[in-house]
Amino acid sequence: MTPATVDLTVTIGGDAGQGIESSGTAFARALMRAGWHIFTMVDYRSRIRGGHNFYQIRVSDRPLYSHSDPVHLLLAMTEETLKIHLDNLAPGAAVIYDEGFKRVDRAEIEAAGVLAFPAPLSRLAARHGSKVMMNTAALGAAAGLLGVDLEPIASVIHDNFGRKGSRVAEANQEVLREARDWAAAELARREGGQAGGNGQDGQAPSAFRYRLGPRGPVTGRRMAIHGNHALALGAVAGGCRFAAAYPMTPGTSLFEFLTAHSHRTGVVTKHAEDEIAAMCMVVGAAHAGARALTTTSGGGFSLMVEALGMAGMVELPVVIVVAQRGGPSTGLPTRTEQGDLLFAVHASQGEFPRIVLAPGTIEDCFEAGWRAFNLAESFQCPVIILTDQYLASSLRDLPAGALDRRGVVIDRGPVLTASDLDALAEPYLRFRDTPSGVSPRAIPGHPKGVYALTTDEHDEESHITEEIGSRVQQMAKRMRKLDSAAAAMRGPRWYGPPDAEVTLICWGSLYGPCRDAVDRAAAAGRSVNMLHFSDLWPLPEDEVNMALAMVNRAVAVEQNYSGQFARLLRMVTGFEVEATLNKFDGRQFTPGEILEGLEEAVGAHA
Amino acid sequence: MPETARGGGAAGGAPGAARPGGGGANGGTARVTPKDFDSEHRPTWCPGCGDYAILTAIKKTLADLGIAPHQVMIISGIGCGSKLPDYIHANGFMTIHGRPLAVATGFRLANPEMTVLVVDGDGDAYGIGGNHFIHTCRRNINLTHIVQNNQIYALTKGQYSPTSEQGFVTTTSPDGAPERPVLPTALAFAAGATFIARAFAGRPQHMVEVMKEAVRHPGYALVDVMQPCVTFNKLNTYEWYDQRAYDAAAEPGYDPADPVQAWERVNQWGDRIPIGILYRTVRPTYEEGVRALQRHGPPARWTERDLPGEVWDAMVEAFT
Repeated sequence: MTPATVDLTVTIGGDAGQGIESSGTAFARALMRAGWHIFTMVDYRSRIRGGHNFYQIRVSDRPLYSHSDPVHLLLAMTEETLKIHLDNLAPGAAVIYDEGFKRVDRAEIEAAGVLAFPAPLSRLAARHGSKVMMNTAALGAAAGLLGVDLEPIASVIHDNFGRKGSRVAEANQEVLREARDWAAAELARREGGQAGGNGQDGQAPSAFRYRLGPRGPVTGRRMAIHGNHALALGAVAGGCRFAAAYPMTPGTSLFEFLTAHSHRTGVVTKHAEDEIAAMCMVVGAAHAGARALTTTSGGGFSLMVEALGMAGMVELPVVIVVAQRGGPSTGLPTRTEQGDLLFAVHASQGEFPRIVLAPGTIEDCFEAGWRAFNLAESFQCPVIILTDQYLASSLRDLPAGALDRRGVVIDRGPVLTASDLDALAEPYLRFRDTPSGVSPRAIPGHPKGVYALTTDEHDEESHITEEIGSRVQQMAKRMRKLDSAAAAMRGPRWYGPPDAEVTLICWGSLYGPCRDAVDRAAAAGRSVNMLHFSDLWPLPEDEVNMALAMVNRAVAVEQNYSGQFARLLRMVTGFEVEATLNKFDGRQFTPGEILEGLEEAVGAHA
Repeated sequence: MPETARGGGAAGGAPGAARPGGGGANGGTARVTPKDFDSEHRPTWCPGCGDYAILTAIKKTLADLGIAPHQVMIISGIGCGSKLPDYIHANGFMTIHGRPLAVATGFRLANPEMTVLVVDGDGDAYGIGGNHFIHTCRRNINLTHIVQNNQIYALTKGQYSPTSEQGFVTTTSPDGAPERPVLPTALAFAAGATFIARAFAGRPQHMVEVMKEAVRHPGYALVDVMQPCVTFNKLNTYEWYDQRAYDAAAEPGYDPADPVQAWERVNQWGDRIPIGILYRTVRPTYEEGVRALQRHGPPARWTERDLPGEVWDAMVEAFT
């Protein structure tokens, strides 16, 4: 891959309730419209007001798959933001903050090799009507420093504020323009002065060198979307017609999206009284014949577990999206983790087949959204999609047509149509013993397809029984579906040079940071590649073993304490990784952290 | 013709509202009889159990309303009585303990064209599933909830239930049940239910009339059935219930639509226990307020590619 010529990170930080995320999202979208690739990361706390939040936007001329550090431009909407982020700024970085911040020590900032831009943010905002527009002023000043066109930002502001009445939109546009003009003039003034150094020697530089220029190189219409929304689009494209959920961060935005579009798409959504009800509603809707899903996080999934087993026992196709966050218990509600893998694979009493998918990218999320239904209906079992806060809420840019519904395949599995049932000569057997273990399903409502499901053990007719023959037959029939499903699972994906000395083994959302780490390793002359897993259960053993046979030194990278995937891999294949890199602080690995960890784990020569 | 348009005399006599696609939707061809619901699977209930009368009453109710076995979905929980779907020829789903109302809600929202009955016990409905009970009442989703209330946990062999009388001695309450019992009719009223009734398994014909009105009711309908457990509950026997039960409809000035009168009746439990329809009002059902359902039809009738291109394009456009 050709190295990037531009790779900058802009961070906007402030208090919860200050609109940091919406301003960050708006700026990211504007940069995308200006022709740049973007990747964002939101970092916030579990509260409505107060406490430090920040939103990080990485910008480049080449496609991005992860966030990165350090930060090149900091928009500090509070004094606390400056204190927290000063250590994480690149040499020669700039910080924009309100000129009214009393406790800011400009000399300290400049001593760190950082350009200080105390700006008239609140003054400009107040002059046009309200200090609320301070964020807009900061974005305008940022545009001035980065040298980007104002038009893409103005267009996003128009989209966001247009419906609030033209006065609000107009005021924001004026604040934006004046702040940009102020920053451009300030920059010109300092460059004219030529005072100070270049920032490398600890002396405050005079010129800001992390410039983007008016337009980026990316052409064509783009979209900026995060994993939850991509997954929701995939589900809608795949014929999802029912969703029930109880709000739980970070799964909520998926359900909100389905609900917001409900009356246009026909997806019936129900905000249930609790997660138990949500899961049971999904089971009921699935029995009626609808493609149905629920969204939650680990705590809600804990409540759903008994009903998960019900779906397994009565062989109903249901889809459960578990957007993981830091556990155990309430844990780190707004942060990321991969701590629920073994839980998802084993949840609920007894043994029954389930499928676990862990998409790694936005495109994977879209595909998982519809493919999960195909798998669920083909094997008549629950499908769990494991994402996490990082994947669920990080925006990435894609071509506008990248999530293409024309590529969506719909496979409803063995379902008897009304004419199939009309033609039935024998009584219908809901749980007929078959070689694949999958029994053709009759959707309730046909006179020849009358049966009663039961979560008790049952016979082929679906009547309750404890008789040994039926028990053994039905248990074996159900479990056989797992073998059938394994054949539909995909092996892991490679990225990077074949035969690399070290292979990063990862799953789910670590695709991006590991991929970036592989690129950086290559640029540094190190021999590292990645083996990424997204179909986690059942593992397609042959394909997995073939891939593992090509690994020289394996390092598992996981966003959890105990290396759950490495354990799963060992359990299924006997393969042992040489080392594990684990992070469980609720913050996603940066590519740099992975490379540093790798050095410690296997030495710098890799 | 099936009795779809006939008001239930003993049960109150208000005009019956047919369910959309439910009551009487048998294509108008074959007459439905209780025998159509007969199953070759014999109940495993104790001789004398009140559940037999409930099973018979459900068959008669459905037959009288002209609802055929494939047009009804009977959803139950866990317990002796919740095995009912195994003993009747009809669509059914024996779910998990306490959750049939939630499963039924999902089923109804995906297929509002089918009549849905929930049949569960006092443990299911008022204990472990109490949360769903409250929310289903206020939700007013169109289903009939028949509770086999025997005031005891019978399948697990005799522990006190949420409706056991205070002081009732069982294996888990050797000093007597410590809490005041749940009074389901009062709880349902407080939670906003639009149809609240009580029946007694010892008066089967009355029970059928109540059930018919409940199935016809547009919205959530509770039929709490006093159902003697002859094996484990030696207090609340047929005689105990029979001495106390009186037909509310036979009282002077009876008006189930009057909330003041109803509040008194739903709270009455002691020497006299009212049976029949205790409260009935009409409010929009939950389904009527779901725009996706009204505009696009039942999710269960989904077909491939029924999402218009312009809807898709608009959704994607919002991300550009």
